Amino acid sequence: MIDFLLLLFLVVCAIAAIRMKDLLSAIMILGVYSLIMAVVWTRLNAVDVAFTEASVGAGITTMLLIAALSRTKRGEEGNRQSSISRRSLAALLVVLVTGAVLIYGTIDMPNFGDPNAPANLHVAPRYIEKSHDETGVENFVTAVLASYRGYDTLGETTVIFTAGICVILLLRRKSEQ
Amino acid sequence: MFDIAATVIVLAAILVLYRAIKGPRIYDRVLSVNVIGTKTVVLLALIGYIYERPHFLDIALVYALINFIATIAFLKYRETGRLD
Repeated sequence: MIDFLLLLFLVVCAIAAIRMKDLLSAIMILGVYSLIMAVVWTRLNAVDVAFTEASVGAGITTMLLIAALSRTKRGEEGNRQSSISRRSLAALLVVLVTGAVLIYGTIDMPNFGDPNAPANLHVAPRYIEKSHDETGVENFVTAVLASYRGYDTLGETTVIFTAGICVILLLRRKSEQ
Repeated sequence: MFDIAATVIVLAAILVLYRAIKGPRIYDRVLSVNVIGTKTVVLLALIGYIYERPHFLDIALVYALINFIATIAFLKYRETGRLD
């Protein structure tokens, strides 16, 4: 029941954020979306993802979007096509077919939390049994992130660092020059 | 018991969402976002008890701490027209 309500909430938020004419309001609705998404992650027991979603999605992204908005215009411009054209119908058809194919693809997937799922049979026991001996890290997730996938994490950090530098370059004040 | 409470909280948040979408003024939306954030904190605490993992309460506390960042950024933008 509560999951259904939360997902309904998300859908309403997403549609409202798309339909909103005022971009500042759309940003606020997106912040709400991120907060509720964080609750959904917590419901799925993915607490770390929920944390990232709340801090990055609801906190930093909202701030960055407002910062971008302060450098541009607030309202939406251009004449939006109100009548349903043949092109948008074709786009709707493509979206529906793609969605149907994706849902068909999930039919073969194991049930949520199934202990006999391949992901729980092969990789996970290996990490649970050996990660402490091999890496000396107490926490499995930390061991995978920082040791087994250390170079991967290093690459991700580099990407985020570069993105941060780009944001600083874009948003810095012109008057200092 | 906790399930019912969580459901009621989500229903209340949906009522607030109506105001967030309808507006009409931008301050209504700011207030709605803030109220929904507060409801999220309560919801997280309740989910912690549903899962019988009360240490989710710490997560709810951290949520409460980062909840106001967007509001402050927004109000600064409204006041000065810029963020830096």
